[in-house]
Amino acid sequence: MVADVIVVQEQDFDVAAEYARFAGDATIGAVVMFVGRVRDLNPQPELIALELEHYPKMTERALQQIVADAKARWPLDAVTLIHRVGPLRPAEQIVLVLTASAHRDAAYAANAYIMDYLKTEAPFWKKEVTANASIWVDARESDQTARQRWE
Amino acid sequence: MISVVYFARLKEVLGLAEEQLPQSPATVADLIDLLAARGGVWAEELAGGKVFRVAINQEMARLSDAIPEGAEVAIFPPVTGG
Repeated sequence: MVADVIVVQEQDFDVAAEYARFAGDATIGAVVMFVGRVRDLNPQPELIALELEHYPKMTERALQQIVADAKARWPLDAVTLIHRVGPLRPAEQIVLVLTASAHRDAAYAANAYIMDYLKTEAPFWKKEVTANASIWVDARESDQTARQRWE
Repeated sequence: MISVVYFARLKEVLGLAEEQLPQSPATVADLIDLLAARGGVWAEELAGGKVFRVAINQEMARLSDAIPEGAEVAIFPPVTGG
């Protein structure tokens, strides 16, 4: 039995090392990986960095709740959820979600569910820093809609 | 008494990260009315039709939720992580 990992950290993560945690567990038939990265195709030109702020007292509890809800809904063997905070440059990794299950349907659905809830319920905020300005990223209606499909 | 914490854009616009309120508003809606009555940016952000979220003791809350004595209430913009 592989333990869940739910972490908020400044440092980068290594997807190979995280995947390797599931090595040797023959109950796991499917692992789905999602990595969110800093992209630079915003209306705001010349993105230098993304600043990620969070609400430290609440963040881990919110992430644990999202993972617990996913595990109540699908037969998951293990979940890894790592979210970075602090300054991040374009192409850097922001978030990792690994969902492991006996079945791929559960692994796919739970992975999407966790990201949809994370994007609407977990207290993180992005700010885009350019040469001339820094602007808080607005929440997207489409994220709200994506979450509602699970209700 | 309750404490109120602000995050992200709201923290910057209001110019405040945290404060203690001697009053204990009964509900989130009462707290928002109290803060909006300060006028200026407070009214603009909290009573001007802008969207914000509230958490009571680190759990997402609604306007109608009761605020327990000594609670930490957080007010912040819709989240944008991931």
